[in-house]
Amino acid sequence: MTPIEFAQKYNLTVVTPGDCSREIKGAYCGDLLSWVMGRAKEDDAFVTVMANINTIAVAVLADVACVILCEGAHFDEMSIARAQQQEVCILETDAPSFTVALWLGRELGL
Amino acid sequence: MSALKWTYEVDGTDFTRAGEASSNVKKKLRALGVPSDVIRKVSIALYEGEINMVIHANGGVIDVEMSPDRIDMVLKDTGKGIPDIEKAMQAGYSTAADEVRSLGFGAGMGLPNMKKNTDEMRIESTVGVGTTVYMTVYIS
Repeated sequence: MTPIEFAQKYNLTVVTPGDCSREIKGAYCGDLLSWVMGRAKEDDAFVTVMANINTIAVAVLADVACVILCEGAHFDEMSIARAQQQEVCILETDAPSFTVALWLGRELGL
Repeated sequence: MSALKWTYEVDGTDFTRAGEASSNVKKKLRALGVPSDVIRKVSIALYEGEINMVIHANGGVIDVEMSPDRIDMVLKDTGKGIPDIEKAMQAGYSTAADEVRSLGFGAGMGLPNMKKNTDEMRIESTVGVGTTVYMTVYIS
């Protein structure tokens, strides 16, 4: 499933589409960025409430499929511009991380 | 093939710019056809290093040298130095300020992540003089 398809199915907002050809192949939840960078895998959906420009840098370096920002958090304009430039897909939702993880688990057959 | 060399200045005053060197290296390695697992390891190790230079040392200089079989990185700063390297290497040990923690760093995972993602890593540090971190990732 692509991040855009996931967003449509569960009613998340697509803030930046990123590279639309990517598939979500796993998921990682976390707000401590070093922890995420050390453990998230390529093509994971990165589920977090941490909304700052470093989140985008971590998404790029860990090469995740998308960032899913939960609990109604928002990125600032500079972060969004960086995400567009680096082709990072950002989705936003009011749902908590746990709920998003359940949705991802369902779609990933976990 | 002779070695390729790149040098980056890390701006120690702007936390939001940390990651520019690692992103740039990542782009270059990708263009050179380096395997993606090697690129990932190099990028993560460099980014953690950059973050450390901004948090603890007011910036510094990063030298990256790519040879056919390895990528060597040297991160040099003139910051306050590390009094106890063994302790600093422990996962979870951190001296970062609360402001840094609120941005999602300072969890004491930086140096352990750098070690985990490199094949060789060595730290030289003198309190009051600065720190130099040498890291190598082999291209197999």
